Amino acid sequence: MGYAETRAAMQALVTPTEAHRDLYISPDIYRLEMKHLFANTWVFVGHDSQVPKPGDYYTTQVGDQPVILVRHSDGEVRVLYNRCPHKGTKVVIDRAGNTGKFFRCPYHAWSFKTDGCLLAIPLKKGYENTGFEGSEAAKGMRSVGDVRNYRGFVFARLAPEGIGFDEYFGGSLSSFDNMVDRAPEGRLEVAGAPLRYLHKCNWKMLLENQTDTCHPMVAHESSAGTAVKIWEAMPKSPDTPKPMAMEIIAPFMSPYEFFENMGIRTWPNGHGHTGVHHSIHSDYSAVPGYWEQMVAAHGAEKAQAVLGENRHNTCYFPNLMIKGPIQLLRNFIPLAADRTLVETWIYRLVGAPDMLVARTAMYNRLINAPTSMVGHDDLEMYERAQEGLAASPNDWVNVQRLYDPGEDLGAEAVENGTTERQMRNQFAAWVKFMTASMPEAAA
Amino acid sequence: MTREDVIDFLYAEARMLDEGRFSDWLDLWTPEGHYWMPLDWGQTDPIHQTSLLYEDQFMLRLRVERLNGARTFSQKPKSRCHHVLSRPFIDAYDPGGVTRTVTPMHYVETRLDEQFLLAITARHDLVVQDGALKIAGKRVDIVNCDAAFGNIQLLP
Repeated sequence: MGYAETRAAMQALVTPTEAHRDLYISPDIYRLEMKHLFANTWVFVGHDSQVPKPGDYYTTQVGDQPVILVRHSDGEVRVLYNRCPHKGTKVVIDRAGNTGKFFRCPYHAWSFKTDGCLLAIPLKKGYENTGFEGSEAAKGMRSVGDVRNYRGFVFARLAPEGIGFDEYFGGSLSSFDNMVDRAPEGRLEVAGAPLRYLHKCNWKMLLENQTDTCHPMVAHESSAGTAVKIWEAMPKSPDTPKPMAMEIIAPFMSPYEFFENMGIRTWPNGHGHTGVHHSIHSDYSAVPGYWEQMVAAHGAEKAQAVLGENRHNTCYFPNLMIKGPIQLLRNFIPLAADRTLVETWIYRLVGAPDMLVARTAMYNRLINAPTSMVGHDDLEMYERAQEGLAASPNDWVNVQRLYDPGEDLGAEAVENGTTERQMRNQFAAWVKFMTASMPEAAA
Repeated sequence: MTREDVIDFLYAEARMLDEGRFSDWLDLWTPEGHYWMPLDWGQTDPIHQTSLLYEDQFMLRLRVERLNGARTFSQKPKSRCHHVLSRPFIDAYDPGGVTRTVTPMHYVETRLDEQFLLAITARHDLVVQDGALKIAGKRVDIVNCDAAFGNIQLLP
């Protein structure tokens, strides 16, 4: 159905404990999300180690908008729309490269500085006395509304006006801090190509699943449960080391109690994380030499504090998840109401032993790849939900677990690890940022 | 072992996969053999960058047992696959050591109403153990390895 572009129409789609199925299946709602939600929020673009030198660029999208992350000549990163102001041609086609001192459109050779300013047009006298200076085209390649590089992670807000970066993320940035502080040299570098996994489901299903702690022991019994069975049946002595793959996959079969006790923390504006007290990443074997490097870099007390924090999944509304303890990031890129591209990136802790990035690479291919058994388990559930939501007698998706009628999502809180509070937090943020630029009711 | 044995072996392996005889397929491997499917074109490092697959015998066995599991919901109904092989190149022929082959093939996988095609190049390292050819290593390069894929549930 067609929706009025009003606050009232959007607010009617979310109750304190439910979300209307049109949030997942309606192309009309999807179109409004691209226009409003992904313009008003701070959305992940890329990591600055993808563009280390001036002129380096990387192309991606923010919502449905084609953008370029580029290192300008002043050393700062910029985010420009990937559109020639002349006829609309994407100025950059390949995913990454170096453009030198300027971009040059391949169609008519208009050129632009790496901050987007129009540099030159061939046969420019053809525009003399045409009023060209006042045209949209004369403004060059347009920049997004605002950009922030937070410890290497670059975010953009498309809307020219809106909530500031620090207010938007607040205390949730502590998960990025923890991830970066784990590098003895205090910075990360992207390691290799991202996994690109196509999901025939709505992007929000992926986001919700990151803090859904009641699904692993059910949906992943086929993979993690089978792994545990094989390992238990294998002939071995008590001191046979558990293979790294088992350390990674076995915790997915942890009992409900484990997930209840790990805790969930939420922050305002839709951000939150699982694994407050412990997580599936807590019991990985120590990597020789790493502790000593961390003590040398930070001192023992801070090193202990950084490495003692083992947050599981931190969700950054609207469409990002990071795993600080293993330096992994998943970007849920919306393509349509029923299509999402999941890109998963891994990062090297600069100055740390190679074995850490080896473990992260293994985690990534075991859990997040289109060829991964755990990925197959999850995608099957999302796609079944996407199809099942066509059933019309029930319009609502339920996220009521451990709901308290006095719940205040505007305050940071730590609760039982099986609460669906973080999902409710995301839907509250959905309403807030979907409607931030909408009138109350139709004029 | 003759060159013809090598080629027959590669065709028999593909047939096992197409017929879903995954447990027999596991018996084709040496205990140390790894199955590698790179993520990046021309990738040289399977350890410190992400791959689509880099699996030892423990993981391959897990994969096979999962395919047969009662609660493997993504295999209800089961996937099927189909290989079409070009004549393999035998790049190195060494009955006492490692024989290396390169086999271009088309791989089709299907489940429910979905079907997809991958154009791949399989590189095998083959050795003779206990009088039989075994896979000591297999690398599978997908021609569009950097594209976005949905589920690839079976093994090319």
